[in-house]
Amino acid sequence: MKLNVNGVEHKVDVASDMPLLWVVRDILNLTGTKFGCGMAQCGACTMHLDGSAIRSCVTPVSAAEGKNITTIEGLSKDGSHPVQKAWAEHDVVQCGYCQSGQIMAAAALLASNAAPTDQDIDNAMSGNICRCGTYQRVRAAVHHAAKLSKA
Amino acid sequence: MKANIDLSRRKFLQSSAVVGAGLIIGIPLSLHKALAADAPAAAKLPAPNVFLKIGSDNRITVLLAHSEMGQGIWTTLPMLIAEELECDWQQIEVQHAPAAPVYAHTVWGVQGTGGSTTTWSEFDRYRQAGAMAKALLISAAAQKSNMKASDCKAENGKVICGKKSFTFGELADAAAKLPTPTEVRLKDPKNWTRIGKPTKRLDTPEKITGKAKFGIDIQFDGLLTALVARSPTFGGKVKSFDASAAKKVKGVRQVVQVPSGVAVVADHYWAAKQGRDALKIEWDRGPNASISTDELRKQFQALSKKHGATAQLAGDVEKALSESKDVLEMEYHVPYLAHAPMEPLNCAVKIGKDSCEIWTGTQFQTIDQATAAKILGLKPEQVTLHTTFLGGGFGRRANPVADFVAEAVHVAKAANAPVKTVWSREDDIHGGYYRPMYVQRIRVALDKSGLPQAWDHQLVGQSILTGTPFESSAVKDGVDHSSVEGIAGSPYLKAVPHHRVGLHSPNPGVTVLWWRSVGHSYNGFIMESVIDELAKKAGKDPLAYRRALLSNSPRHLATLNLAAEKAGYGKKLPKGRAHGIAVHESFGSFVAQIAEVSVENKQIKVHKVTCAIDCGIAVNPEGIQAQMESGVAYGLAAALHSKLTIKNGEVQQSNFHDYVVLKLNDMPVVETFIVDSKEKSGGVGEPGTPPIAPAVANAVAVLTGKRLRELPLNLSA
Repeated sequence: MKLNVNGVEHKVDVASDMPLLWVVRDILNLTGTKFGCGMAQCGACTMHLDGSAIRSCVTPVSAAEGKNITTIEGLSKDGSHPVQKAWAEHDVVQCGYCQSGQIMAAAALLASNAAPTDQDIDNAMSGNICRCGTYQRVRAAVHHAAKLSKA
Repeated sequence: MKANIDLSRRKFLQSSAVVGAGLIIGIPLSLHKALAADAPAAAKLPAPNVFLKIGSDNRITVLLAHSEMGQGIWTTLPMLIAEELECDWQQIEVQHAPAAPVYAHTVWGVQGTGGSTTTWSEFDRYRQAGAMAKALLISAAAQKSNMKASDCKAENGKVICGKKSFTFGELADAAAKLPTPTEVRLKDPKNWTRIGKPTKRLDTPEKITGKAKFGIDIQFDGLLTALVARSPTFGGKVKSFDASAAKKVKGVRQVVQVPSGVAVVADHYWAAKQGRDALKIEWDRGPNASISTDELRKQFQALSKKHGATAQLAGDVEKALSESKDVLEMEYHVPYLAHAPMEPLNCAVKIGKDSCEIWTGTQFQTIDQATAAKILGLKPEQVTLHTTFLGGGFGRRANPVADFVAEAVHVAKAANAPVKTVWSREDDIHGGYYRPMYVQRIRVALDKSGLPQAWDHQLVGQSILTGTPFESSAVKDGVDHSSVEGIAGSPYLKAVPHHRVGLHSPNPGVTVLWWRSVGHSYNGFIMESVIDELAKKAGKDPLAYRRALLSNSPRHLATLNLAAEKAGYGKKLPKGRAHGIAVHESFGSFVAQIAEVSVENKQIKVHKVTCAIDCGIAVNPEGIQAQMESGVAYGLAAALHSKLTIKNGEVQQSNFHDYVVLKLNDMPVVETFIVDSKEKSGGVGEPGTPPIAPAVANAVAVLTGKRLRELPLNLSA
């Protein structure tokens, strides 16, 4: 099976029902995307499939074949994506484990909605659990990233 | 935990020069044994046994004796060093230290992180390391420029001697060869430039790019992944198992039995998971196969009607209560809770000949190390432990019995291969080591002025520390201090002429552990709810009532008043909203919170929390604010949602769909105000958690007239 991850073509020999998360983490060794629940309840495993946010822990690898897969490692080369910049500016992270998923969810939100309201952010980001409770800063950083994206 | 060891500043400070590695600041070997007598011999310490390295490339590496789990010490401890070292903040790099006696907690004697102790327990040691390095760099610069050290000064990563200036890197090798100063002077607090300055986190760049390595991210050639099937009941054991189907799963290498269950070892997580799902195991369900939380509730309720082990006593409470015609009796409940850190537990183990290497996110390095050594018949110093970032800890990664590390060592040993044992979320929710369930019964009689005259407080719940190495110091006369903290010693009780705190510590077999803010997490809820109940009975405003009771507790009062002022307490709120108040001291800090709450269709919504904290000297105000937000969110999850129940010996919840935690749409605006204080630093990781549940419950009582005496708060019940 061929997979395009962050613009790089990979050949993998895995079962077609293996979740994309584990192919990316354990076969391709890209560990920036995290495992949190295994049932699309927490958002830690959020990646982009052709630009849309997906929960890779319940997405069979076969569903990603022939599509562009973007992980946190491919969001920007150097942490310069507006969402990453806004995250740094607002000192969002704590333990950091859920943040790859938070950032990927926020980036997908902004790609489809350049100026989200608080309600839009609540709707788009409430599936991404953070036990450190960085939510207030996530909200502020998404608004900030929206401004950075326009500039 | 060992008693605090008084280390004189002079004895403490010496450098250990390491050839060719620039300047390295450590502490003398003679102290290692004093710090941790049971820990590995000092002679074979892993290098570098130090807190601070200055390379000839100007790079400054700070080694953390504690674990970064979100609380921000990756930034705070370097701030302490930088304050004295006068380095360029941009040159600092941070690493977790290896497990070694030299990094023992200055109070506990073992290496670990918890109890909101890191900043205050390292406040002197890390500043001293910085001051020591600065003194040596200045001496080296003075020699190079033929000037007196007193005429040279360090500034922003350089030492300036008259017209000459040297970078720290240029001086590092020379400084390392100099004799150790016998004394260094720490800066006068009025000259601090970094302590007290809001400082952004140093771990952000790697945590926003996916580069940060957590334990679960450890990978190397030959490393296999295992999942373990554990008993569905507490204390159950494998009777027999059939691994034939599991072994047929592609990628499964081995199925091995370990003390905690049956491990499926595979090429990757998915194969291990599928293999484990295919196992057929017959369990001996053990002695706790029939426990249920419904039944425990009844047993605990019955116990709460009798006096337990005495934790605090004044006057004659029974007589005083019997003489009152009007005793208010209250029964409070809190459930078992899982910590549910976002990173499921995991631990990678590679066993060699006479050696073992471990990679994990842990809060208890030297306990894990000693546990692994014992299993393998090694000496602790033969076990190298690498601390990764922790994807949340909240107490779960500080286990006196090192459960997840011990199990991973057993798996690697049985498989005779390097193995990373990973827990699924279901394993985490089912895995025990919970915040204990409690029932508390409180009877209070008020005097004519409405102040409590007699107060009997009975607690029923499991002891965390009994049966651990900490029992001898923490459990006295049947009272585990962590069970009653926040009630015994409460400033409210001090003012009550007749009072008694009793503790029953039944052990139904559920494994329990400290959960962010430990006893305070439930005792804060109960104490601050009871105070509001008493205020209502006395016909007093809850803020005025607290002010009267806390008149001899200035730090409680100051935070309470600050929060009230900033929240606009007493002013008109939008229709349908009410304020609830709570103030609680824990871990050396005082936190008051005022929650602005509404109720719609029996759903509780928290809009805003105004938080005031007095944590003594505030080292990093930015980090303190973040920890208050975090403490509120963690406590609010428990206040509104989370609950574990047990039936037929089995935990009934399994993942985030039924063990509900706080989500973004539940998150209130949190505004934090820090009291300007010169007092000794207290903790900040935990003290933000206890006040939120009572603040919300107190607001709900105002809005609905209904007093909710059970967590999670539920108006539909």
